[in-house]
Amino acid sequence: MSAPRRVSLTVNGIERSGMAEPRLTLLDFLRYELGLTGTHMGCEHGVCGACTVLFDGDAVRACLIYAVQAEGHAVETVEGLCNADGSPGPIQDAFRDAHGLQCGYCTPGMLISVKALLQATPDPSDDEIREAIGGNLCRCTGYTQIIDAVRLAAAKAKGAGT
Amino acid sequence: MRETARSNLLHVSRKRRVKEDKRFVSGTGTYVQDVVPKGCLHVAVLPSPYPRAKIVAIDSAKAEALPGVRAVVTGEELAAHTMPIYQGLNLPNVRWRPLAHEMTRYAGEWVVAVAADSVHVAEDALELIAVDYEPLSPILDPELAMAEDAPLVHPDHGTNVLYRGEFNWGPVDDDFAAADRTLSFRVRWGRSSTVPIETFGVLASWHAGTDTLDIWASIQMPKYAEQIAAALKIPLNDVRVHNDVDVGGAYGVKRGIKHTVLVGYLSRKLGAPVRLIEDRLVNLAGGDAHGPDRIFDTEVAFSENGTIASMKIRALDDAGAYPGRGPYQLAKPISAIVGPYRINSVRYEPISVTSNKCGQVPVRGFGQAPTNYMIETAVDKVADALGLDRIEVRRRNFIDREQFPYMIPSGTEYDSGDYHAVLDKVLELAKYDDLLERRERRRAEGMLAGVGIATCLEPSGGNTMFEYLMNPQAEITTFMESCQVRVDSHGRITGIMGTGTSGQGHETLVATILGEELEREPDEIRVIHADSRAGFPTVAPVASRMAIMLGGAAAGAAQKLKERIIRIAAHNLGTTPDAVEYSAGAVRDSADPARKLDWEEICFIAHNQTHKMPEGIEPGLQAYHILQVPGGGRLPDEHDRVQLYPCFAFQAHIPFVELDPGTGKVTINEYYIAHDCGTVINPDIVRGMVIGGVAQGIGAALYEKFSYDPDGQFISGTFADYIMPSVFEVPYVEDVEHCTPSPLTSHGQKGTGEGGYLGAPAAIASAVNDALRPRGVSIHELPMRMADIEDLLNGGD
Amino acid sequence: MKSAPFDYAMMDSVDGVTDALAEAGDEAMIIAGGQTLVPMMALRLARPALLVDINGVAELKGIAEAPDRVSIKACTRQAEAMSSDVVRDRLPLLAKALPNIGHAQTRNRGTVGGSIALGDPAAEIPLVATALDARLTLRNREGARERAIAGFYEGPMMALRDADECLTEVHFPVWLGAGTIGTAFQEASQRHGDFAIVAAAAQLQLDAGGVCTRAALAVGGAAPYPVRIERAEEILTGSTLDDDAVAAAVDEVEAAIDPQTDPQASAVYRRRVAKVLSGRVIREAARDARGEAS
Repeated sequence: MSAPRRVSLTVNGIERSGMAEPRLTLLDFLRYELGLTGTHMGCEHGVCGACTVLFDGDAVRACLIYAVQAEGHAVETVEGLCNADGSPGPIQDAFRDAHGLQCGYCTPGMLISVKALLQATPDPSDDEIREAIGGNLCRCTGYTQIIDAVRLAAAKAKGAGT
Repeated sequence: MRETARSNLLHVSRKRRVKEDKRFVSGTGTYVQDVVPKGCLHVAVLPSPYPRAKIVAIDSAKAEALPGVRAVVTGEELAAHTMPIYQGLNLPNVRWRPLAHEMTRYAGEWVVAVAADSVHVAEDALELIAVDYEPLSPILDPELAMAEDAPLVHPDHGTNVLYRGEFNWGPVDDDFAAADRTLSFRVRWGRSSTVPIETFGVLASWHAGTDTLDIWASIQMPKYAEQIAAALKIPLNDVRVHNDVDVGGAYGVKRGIKHTVLVGYLSRKLGAPVRLIEDRLVNLAGGDAHGPDRIFDTEVAFSENGTIASMKIRALDDAGAYPGRGPYQLAKPISAIVGPYRINSVRYEPISVTSNKCGQVPVRGFGQAPTNYMIETAVDKVADALGLDRIEVRRRNFIDREQFPYMIPSGTEYDSGDYHAVLDKVLELAKYDDLLERRERRRAEGMLAGVGIATCLEPSGGNTMFEYLMNPQAEITTFMESCQVRVDSHGRITGIMGTGTSGQGHETLVATILGEELEREPDEIRVIHADSRAGFPTVAPVASRMAIMLGGAAAGAAQKLKERIIRIAAHNLGTTPDAVEYSAGAVRDSADPARKLDWEEICFIAHNQTHKMPEGIEPGLQAYHILQVPGGGRLPDEHDRVQLYPCFAFQAHIPFVELDPGTGKVTINEYYIAHDCGTVINPDIVRGMVIGGVAQGIGAALYEKFSYDPDGQFISGTFADYIMPSVFEVPYVEDVEHCTPSPLTSHGQKGTGEGGYLGAPAAIASAVNDALRPRGVSIHELPMRMADIEDLLNGGD
Repeated sequence: MKSAPFDYAMMDSVDGVTDALAEAGDEAMIIAGGQTLVPMMALRLARPALLVDINGVAELKGIAEAPDRVSIKACTRQAEAMSSDVVRDRLPLLAKALPNIGHAQTRNRGTVGGSIALGDPAAEIPLVATALDARLTLRNREGARERAIAGFYEGPMMALRDADECLTEVHFPVWLGAGTIGTAFQEASQRHGDFAIVAAAAQLQLDAGGVCTRAALAVGGAAPYPVRIERAEEILTGSTLDDDAVAAAVDEVEAAIDPQTDPQASAVYRRRVAKVLSGRVIREAARDARGEAS
């Protein structure tokens, strides 16, 4: 059926549901059906990474998944990286401290990729950092301060853990 | 003259979190795509499949019948109800409209627009529209476009040449006649631009009850509201542009006039909010957002010791089908037409032609990046011709620090600089001698390796006096920026700016300057963006001008506010303003410092206690300042000499590249920059601006090009074809600051938004050619793609 | 840039998939990772009436070992293959190719079978499968068949899979016998993670005396589909992989390929670079087999 159907999934730990035609991407569903506008549209063909979200814990392109495919799955978006009161979480604060952003448009996807990196590799090398964010295009920063931010986030997490 | 930044600064130049970053990292910025009012209609546009064709007939009946479609509009309908869009040059017969009328002029040009309940349905409807075209042969090459018998892009204009000028500044012929040596060369800057990750988007909502057209747009455009009102034929104060929309990157290209005219028209026609969010295909093919596409033919006259006396420059630029403000990108570089060098005379022949390609838009640096690539190529070639070191030739030609202010032949005075010191700093940062050793080692191992050098001047502060040079009807000399400051009855400070922002940290800039002047904590200062009807006059956050202009306006407003605070306090201390001292918001009696009024007390008085206010001071605590560009205000003299831009920042770049001779692939291993933008307001913002510009310059140098095939079909329609650098292509950039304050600005600051992009393409080209030197070949066309380089090396067999 | 309308069905068994395909005919398309298909649908270059989703089919996921081959189920994520010890230890050539595919974010979703079934001429997994002579299992409602990858493609993105068939498994042969194995994978692309302009893969087996007893060489991006350079393999086999043998093998590349010009690069470029990369992967694989640092 190409008609809209109900899609239920977990977003940032909360059960959510909304209506989606099969052709509605997860990106558009998150933004326009669930109102989570932190995830951004950059190319809609899987190159730029602005729409990166965690899907069952793995970083993926939300523009390359249809919302109907997310039925029953767990999605985490940039909003989910914030503390419970909505204030920035530790990775987000590291990006602020290093000014690892400018216009903020690629930032949510970048943060999600970094979250995926640090949960698997708490103390990443610079090569591992590049590998993790290689699929996120940033047009403002030239990446240098983003690398600084990831290093800082890792160092802070390490400090917090000891 | 060697100055250093004021050492007693409280907040300026200190590391501080960027205010805007908090909402951006939280995913709570508000971009235009995030504004979706109830009942909003969505627009999709039908691109022309032909680069040049007559539109014979359009049948949209099936599209109109599709459920969910609210309107189908053609170029004919739009032309009947709107005015052509204003362009920079005076070109009455080059009519630029949102939708093609009678004729299409590039593949990807919008022909029909559909407004529907969803963008999905709008796109479905596009497939139901039948357009009968009569294809014509296109003109794609700018040199061929100038030929007598070339097909005409705009037949009514009578020629494909939009502008042709000749400027002679200084004794060019004498300098050439007297020179020891001359050389000539051609370089070509490919059609690229800065392509933000956010496409252009706009939402227009007409309210008949209040006669207001509300506009939310991803915009960075001077006189935007004026142009919308003119094209839609409505009063300017019917238009309300919401400047509090976050813009997902702009770098010059977010102009969107045609998009806005289209949705403005549709919103008025349909009585509903209407939005057009470019998808990436529309953005790349038909967003009118391509950059300069330029051929330079340059002659250089120089002496045996490497001193450059004169240059003759012909710059031919392909503005595409609808030039907009594009041609002015030939004129702005006149502001630094001799770069940082003591070149005595210049002949400059800018030519702008139209072709069957997408239209040109202002790009970061406004034409300065291609021009700097040409100038730096000239210097490298002089060094090559004489067998001199590239660094040494630069040193010999630099303007000396004692020579500032320095007047260049075209009539612009450079405010300040110390180019030798900045160059020395980058050499030290790069450990230049070790770098050369590393290069030799890699060469010995069979790799091609090269070290690049480029410097660049960044004209900043932004007047647009260059317009008058190309179009005497543009007799405009006012280029202001404004800031208001208000202190509420609880003592909290709010700064109000009149434009939007797109990642440059303008809110942080205003808060830092207000905090500096008022000696209050910048983190507690809120900065907001007035809409276009509520704000004071501004131009736009373009032209590397906001640190100077918005910063200067904020400083001016703060000083006025402080004066008022002092008067109120002095009155209540029973003394005169010159007998009190202001410190961190409190005002003390100089004679008896124990007698004082705190900030909160003064604020309370100002808002609530007329009986305690001095005569002639109005209630409340607020001030505004409107700053005109320093040094602006005069038209060019009879020799076309004029002050273009007030302040001149400087950078020196050194990249180290390796080049795989088998595949042609260039890898940038190291990159060093020294930059001098005078007093730094926020060091993190400056560093980000510089390095971000470098990454875009790397893209322009090696990867990015809007390509058309020989039939005029656009072949760079996706991000798989228009290739922008990822973190793998951009090295970790090492940078160092230098500070030569500007004598013209509030805190000695200069602009820094463009320099990285101005220097990097020249620096990468210099490095690639250094790598190629042992093979006896060189490349002078950007982008230098791997296949092109490989062909140079291996194509002979 | 929104997909045309389509119907959608999430499957939980291969039988369900083959039933759906049998009923819908060539109006249906299978979606696995979707990393290539979804962009094509967004561009409306692909417009299936029915999308048959195999992401919920557990029996299409996993990696199994046999003595002479490693079988990867079609809907196994590229990221899973990349982190698999079995792939690392027994399919070193595939292990070297996988990091070149897109980025972590696309490998987390993209599948091994999807890449094989689509057959992009420059894609890494079809190239490795071609080099190693992989075999494919295809199933329809009637049953399963196994076939060689050779001959599976008749053009770019054109695989000889019947409309009612689902690719279920890719079997990568593991080379047995005495001696050491060396592998190498290289590609030329403008930007890391992009589809290669040209790619080359080599796997060599050396006996104790350093003589090559078996060789596989394949090139991608230089023909409508990945091609084996069999004449080169013949030259290498029996040689000590000395410079002359490598040069002679590389000379055979040209006759086996049929490069095309596109906006990324000319046919001439692809022809030259195919030879350059072929030489490099042979030499690198030889060093690998000899245990030398590369």
